[in-house]
Amino acid sequence: MSETAASAPLGRRLLYLLPLLLFAVVAGYFLWGLDSGRDPHAVPSAMIDKPVPEFDLPTIRGMTGPGLAAADLRGQGVTLVNFFASWCIPCRVEHPMLEKIVRDNGVRLVGINYKNKPEEARAWLAKLGNPYARIGADESGRVAIDWGVYGVPETFIVDNEGRIRYRQLGPLTPEAIRDTVMPLIRKLGS
Amino acid sequence: MTSRVIAVFFLLGLALSPGGPAGAVQPDEMLADPVLEARAREISAGIRCLVCQNESIDSSNADLAHDLRVLIRERLVAGDSDQDVRDFLVARYGDFVLLDPPVKPRTWILWFGPPAVLLLGAAGILVYFRRRALSAPRPSESLSAAERRRVDELLAEGDGSETRN
Repeated sequence: MSETAASAPLGRRLLYLLPLLLFAVVAGYFLWGLDSGRDPHAVPSAMIDKPVPEFDLPTIRGMTGPGLAAADLRGQGVTLVNFFASWCIPCRVEHPMLEKIVRDNGVRLVGINYKNKPEEARAWLAKLGNPYARIGADESGRVAIDWGVYGVPETFIVDNEGRIRYRQLGPLTPEAIRDTVMPLIRKLGS
Repeated sequence: MTSRVIAVFFLLGLALSPGGPAGAVQPDEMLADPVLEARAREISAGIRCLVCQNESIDSSNADLAHDLRVLIRERLVAGDSDQDVRDFLVARYGDFVLLDPPVKPRTWILWFGPPAVLLLGAAGILVYFRRRALSAPRPSESLSAAERRRVDELLAEGDGSETRN
């Protein structure tokens, strides 16, 4: 250890830069955590690429349309499955987006009405419009648990084979529809 | 002093109180069988409430936490083992639903990272001290002529009596 700084090998002098380098890496990581637009509360779905869970739900009590079962999601092309409730404020925000995606893009949309009083669900659909081809009423919330849903709205893209390919947490936004949902539906449909 | 004694008794009381805080479990959710109920409580305490995220479903008042507590009890009554129940929830909500992350390749850095850093640090310190010990000027084994003379002088000067000051 008789080396002076001047005679120390280059590798050794670079070692002194290590703390600075470590700091830069950690700072960069924190910066990304602060500003990546990522939602740290979003839990990735464990259901991606799995077949939809088996279920068979009647429609909302007092309505006449068809109910929804797992079989309705197989061999019917790509389907959007939307969990919604009349008491859920983001669902109200999302509702026009659902109408739009059905009207403009011809997407097959089905709904699962989550823990909703039938009369309130009926009133909601009567007032805002019913964009769903089929609706299953999940009054106990058990089917939602089988799908790994932990809050409404959540929307799944199910392929023609009945496998879950994507989940949107929270309302479908115009950006999410444009950048993620529609590209994936087109890809799966082709 | 008395306040300290009181504090000790308070902590003892907390530590010995059966089952700890009662959590959010409602009386109507509880099972009649105390063994099954205890198992349900233990499982629930390790399951994350995904709505509130840093609370277990045992202590959360969220609606979904209630549903999951009831579901866990139903499965236990149906004869599932504790692990079956956990696997059932993980299949739907992923590993994140467990408050204790499982040890698997994806979580190795989480489990083994801190001890690895500790070991690296310890190794670094060890290397540093060994190098320092090696490079420290070592006293030579034998005395030089000048040192020998000085020792002789000192010994002669002292001559056994402790008079020098």
